[in-house]
Amino acid sequence: MNVPILLIGDVLLVSIQEDLSDDEIIDLQDQIINRVSASRTAGLVIEISAIDMVDSYMARVLNEISSMVSVLGSQTVITGMQPAVAIILVDMGSELIGVKTALNLEKGLDLIHELIEERRSISAYVPSNEGDEE
Amino acid sequence: MTTPIPELVPIQRDSDVVTARRIGRDMAKTIGFGTADQTRLATAISELTRNVIKYAGEGECTIFNESDTTHNRIRVVVEDHGPGIPDIEEAMEDGYTTGGTLGAGLPGTRRLVSEFNIESKPGLTRVEIAMEKQVW
Repeated sequence: MNVPILLIGDVLLVSIQEDLSDDEIIDLQDQIINRVSASRTAGLVIEISAIDMVDSYMARVLNEISSMVSVLGSQTVITGMQPAVAIILVDMGSELIGVKTALNLEKGLDLIHELIEERRSISAYVPSNEGDEE
Repeated sequence: MTTPIPELVPIQRDSDVVTARRIGRDMAKTIGFGTADQTRLATAISELTRNVIKYAGEGECTIFNESDTTHNRIRVVVEDHGPGIPDIEEAMEDGYTTGGTLGAGLPGTRRLVSEFNIESKPGLTRVEIAMEKQVW
């Protein structure tokens, strides 16, 4: 399995370039979570344009990665899903992909930066209630 | 016209699932199915052969090209000699799972193909699917 995991600024970019077996997907999940946790990544982008099939198992793992990354305080965007893959995911049950997606890598990077900014502004917000009550 | 030889893929390990779905996709492509149908077939084969590994340990997947002058048709038979599915009706319901997936496996697969038949008893589970398209 050769899946490059690159840190670009505070965004981790994972580019899946071949059809992966279930074991390989789970290995990748471990690697991603370890990297996100170790590098204090603000966002994760998973590029899947080379993937020609996402079945229920792969969809579940992608969902799980996104949930885990969210618990770690980061955001996930999946980019480049092939139209046929999207059609089949909807055919099988639309609840399968609950992850944010973008048409291509460029749009995905834009989106992840927006999400990161959004999150930063929320955590920087300090409620002024105490002051009002004085 | 010669009868095409079916492709038999033994399903014994994780990587065999990848092999089976790739062979299915390649056959669908060769016969002339479009990208969406190729993906449907590959996904269906992936779900069914994974169940073999997960529940029975091993089995086999046979892929037949049954195209004739009026129809393009692929039939896939996935068989194992595992414990069987205790309640097929329940297994065919959306959201049902015992194996830790989202439970979209069997009902999802049925929605992808034109024909879906399942029989299961202890010692033999056999799922047969077919995808068909009229040739214009």
